[in-house]
Amino acid sequence: MLGLNKKDLSLLLVVTFLALCAPFILNPFPTDSSLAQFNAGYPDLMQRFVIFGIFAIGFNILFGLTGYLSFGHAAFLGVGSYSAVWMFKLLSMNVLPAIVLSVIVAGLFSVVIGYVSLRRSGIYFSILTLAFAQMSFNLAYSVLTPITNGETGLQLTLDDPRILGVSRTESGGIPVTNLFGLDMRDTYEMVVGPWSFQFNNGYYLCAILMLISFYLAIRIFRSPFGMMLRAIKSNNTRMTYTGLNARPYTLAAFVISGMYAGLAGGLLASMDPLAGAERMQWTASGEVVLMTILGGAGTLIGPVLGAGFIKYFENIFSKINESVLHTWFGFMPDGLEDLVITLVYPFVGKGWHLTLGIMFMLVVIFLPGGLVEGGQRIAGLFRRKKSGDDANKSTQSTPAE
Amino acid sequence: MDAIILQILNGLDKGSAYALIALGLTLIFGTLGVVNFAHGALFMIGAFCAVTLQRILNISFETIDPTRTDFLGNPMKVKTTYVETWFGPEVGASIIDWAVPLAILFSIPIMIGIGFIMERGLIKHFYKRPHADQILVTFGLAIVLQEIIKYFYGANPIPTGAPDVFKGSFDFGVMLGFDANAIIYPYWRLVYFAFAAIIVGAVFAFLQFTTFGMVVRAGMADRETVGLLGINIDKRFTIMFGIAAAVAGLAGVMYAPINSPNYHMGMDFLVLSFVVVVVGGMGSLPGAVLAGFLLGILESFASMNEIKSILPGIDQIIIYLVAIIILLTRPRGLMGRKGVMED
Repeated sequence: MLGLNKKDLSLLLVVTFLALCAPFILNPFPTDSSLAQFNAGYPDLMQRFVIFGIFAIGFNILFGLTGYLSFGHAAFLGVGSYSAVWMFKLLSMNVLPAIVLSVIVAGLFSVVIGYVSLRRSGIYFSILTLAFAQMSFNLAYSVLTPITNGETGLQLTLDDPRILGVSRTESGGIPVTNLFGLDMRDTYEMVVGPWSFQFNNGYYLCAILMLISFYLAIRIFRSPFGMMLRAIKSNNTRMTYTGLNARPYTLAAFVISGMYAGLAGGLLASMDPLAGAERMQWTASGEVVLMTILGGAGTLIGPVLGAGFIKYFENIFSKINESVLHTWFGFMPDGLEDLVITLVYPFVGKGWHLTLGIMFMLVVIFLPGGLVEGGQRIAGLFRRKKSGDDANKSTQSTPAE
Repeated sequence: MDAIILQILNGLDKGSAYALIALGLTLIFGTLGVVNFAHGALFMIGAFCAVTLQRILNISFETIDPTRTDFLGNPMKVKTTYVETWFGPEVGASIIDWAVPLAILFSIPIMIGIGFIMERGLIKHFYKRPHADQILVTFGLAIVLQEIIKYFYGANPIPTGAPDVFKGSFDFGVMLGFDANAIIYPYWRLVYFAFAAIIVGAVFAFLQFTTFGMVVRAGMADRETVGLLGINIDKRFTIMFGIAAAVAGLAGVMYAPINSPNYHMGMDFLVLSFVVVVVGGMGSLPGAVLAGFLLGILESFASMNEIKSILPGIDQIIIYLVAIIILLTRPRGLMGRKGVMED
C-alpha cells in the first residue's frame, strides 16, 4: 500500500496512530493528581513536538543520508517564519498561502546557500553553513529591520493592510490564523472522569503535515535517489569514479531539507503569528542537530523521537523546582533528603541544559545510533534470552532505518 | 588618517582575542587532528578564573571597631579581607587590585589540568571517529561546561575590573602629532594586545627553539614516523593540548576587564574563531594569528560610519563574508598547507 513495503507501512501506521491519539497518550495522569505536571497533552507543546519533528526529519534527509553536517539549518526555519508572518500581514489570515510561501521561500534560500556551501565538504561545509546562518541572523537583527522588525520580532498589528480579510475584528482585536474558517487556536476539551483531553485544530493540521512529511521521507529513503545519497556518504570518491556527479544529488537533498525547515518555520508562525531573529541563531541550528543525533541519525523514526524527547524534557524538566523535589523526596530522613536534593537540583529546572548536554555526550560516545540503536540493543537482549541461537537473525528484524 | 589609526587600534584587542583562541584551536587541530568545539568554553573558563581569584582575594571577616559608630549609634562593623591582614593594608589592597593579572598565574595550572583531563578522558577516544563525531562530542562538552559555570556563577555578567593603574585611556594622537583627543585608547586594551603578542611569541619560540617543540613539529608533519623512531608522541600531543587550553584560558583571563565575563561568551567567540582558523588555513599557526588580527581590524573598519553609510550592515557580516569568499576561492586558507582537509 502507498508504495511501501510491509515494515515501512507498519512504521507509518504506528506513527500515524501515535500522532492522532497524542492528546490521549500524552495525558496519562488525571488533571488534579500530583503527577499532572508530567502531562504533555496541551496544544502548545504538542504542536512543538510535531513541528520540530518535521524540522528534524528534514535535517535527517541531509545529515542522515549524505553525512553533510549543516550547522545553519535554523536560517531556513527563520526565513520560513518571516515569510509566513508577512503573508498574514499582507494577504489573509488563512494559513495555507502562508505555509506554501514559507516552503517556497525557504527552498529558494536553500538553493542559493546550498549551491555555494556544497562546493566544500566535511568541516568546511559545516563552517560555511554556520557562516551563512550567522550572517542571516546578524542581518535580520540589524539592517533588515524594516522586513524583520529587528530585536522585537515581526508581529501582527492592528492596522495591517490585509487584502483578503479585515485588518481588525469587530471586537477590535487582531484576527486569528485559520484554515478556511477553521480557527487554529480552537480547542475542544473532552472531560472523562478526572482526565481532560484537549483537541486542538492547529495541532491536527501540524500532525497531518508531519505525517505527510514523514511519508515523503520514507519514500525518499527507499528511492534510488536515497540510495545515491547513501552512496555519497559511504564513499564519495568511488561514486565520482563511476562517472556520477554527486553535487546535484547533494544539492537536491539540501534543498529538500531546507524546504522541510521552511515548512516547520511556517507552521510555527501559523500557530503563533510572530517571528524573531533568535530562531535563526546558531544555537537553534545546534538544537536540531542534537535532536537528530539523540534520536538516531540516518534512521526514519529517530529524528521524530529525538525532537519529541528534547521538547518534552525541555518543558517538563525545566518546570521542576526545589519545592517539587521536596515533595518527591519527602519520605527520606531530613539530612538525606537535603543531600539528595542538592545533588539533583543542578540538573533540573534552569539547569536542564546541563542534563541535555550530558545526555547528548553520552549518546555520541556510547550510542552513535541514538535512541533507536539503544532500543534495538535492548530489544536484542530480550530476544536473545527467549531464543538463544537465532539471536543474530532477530536483531535485524526490528524496524531499523 | 587619525581615523584609520584609531580603527586599526580598535581592531587590535578583538583581533588579539581571535588570534589567541584561533592559535589554540590550530594547535589542537594540527597536532591531534581534532576539531574542538569546546575551545570557546575554555576561553570562558579562563575569564571565570579571574572572577574566582577576585572573589577568593576578597574573602573577609568582620570585626567590631569600638572607636567608630554607624548611623544607628552601634559600634561599627568593619570588614577586613584576609589578604590585608596578612600582608598589611597597603600591600593587601594592591594585591586585590591586581587580581586579574595575578589570575594569570592562578589559571595556568587549572587550564592545563582541564586540558589534560579533556584529552585523556574524552578526546583520546575520538581520534579514529569521523570529524562529525568530534564536532558533536565537543559541542556537547561545551554545553556542559557552560551550564556548570552558569550554575555556580549565575547568568548575569560579572564585572571584573582591571588594576587602577590601567584604568582610563591614553591619548595616542598627541604622541603621533595629531590633535588632542583624536585617538583615545584605553590602557588595558593596549596591555591586552601586548600580552597577546607575548603569548603568541612564546608559543612560537617554544615550538621553534626547544627540542620538545621540534619533536611536536615533526609529529605534526608525520606522526607515524616520529612514533616509529621510538618517541612517545601521544604524550607530547597531550601536553600540547594542555598548552592550547592554557592559551585559550589566558586569553579569557585578560579579556575579563574588557568585557564582563558571562557564561555564553565562549560560544560567542567560538564561531568567529572557527571562521578565523578557516581563513588562516586549517593547521597553520602563523595563518591563525595573521587571520585573527586581520579580521579583527577588518571588523572595526567595517563599523566606521563612513563605510556603514555606503554599505549598511556590513559590520555585522564582514567576517563571514570574507570567510565565504576565502573558502570558495582558496579553500586551504591564507597560509594553509596544500592538501590539509582541502576536499
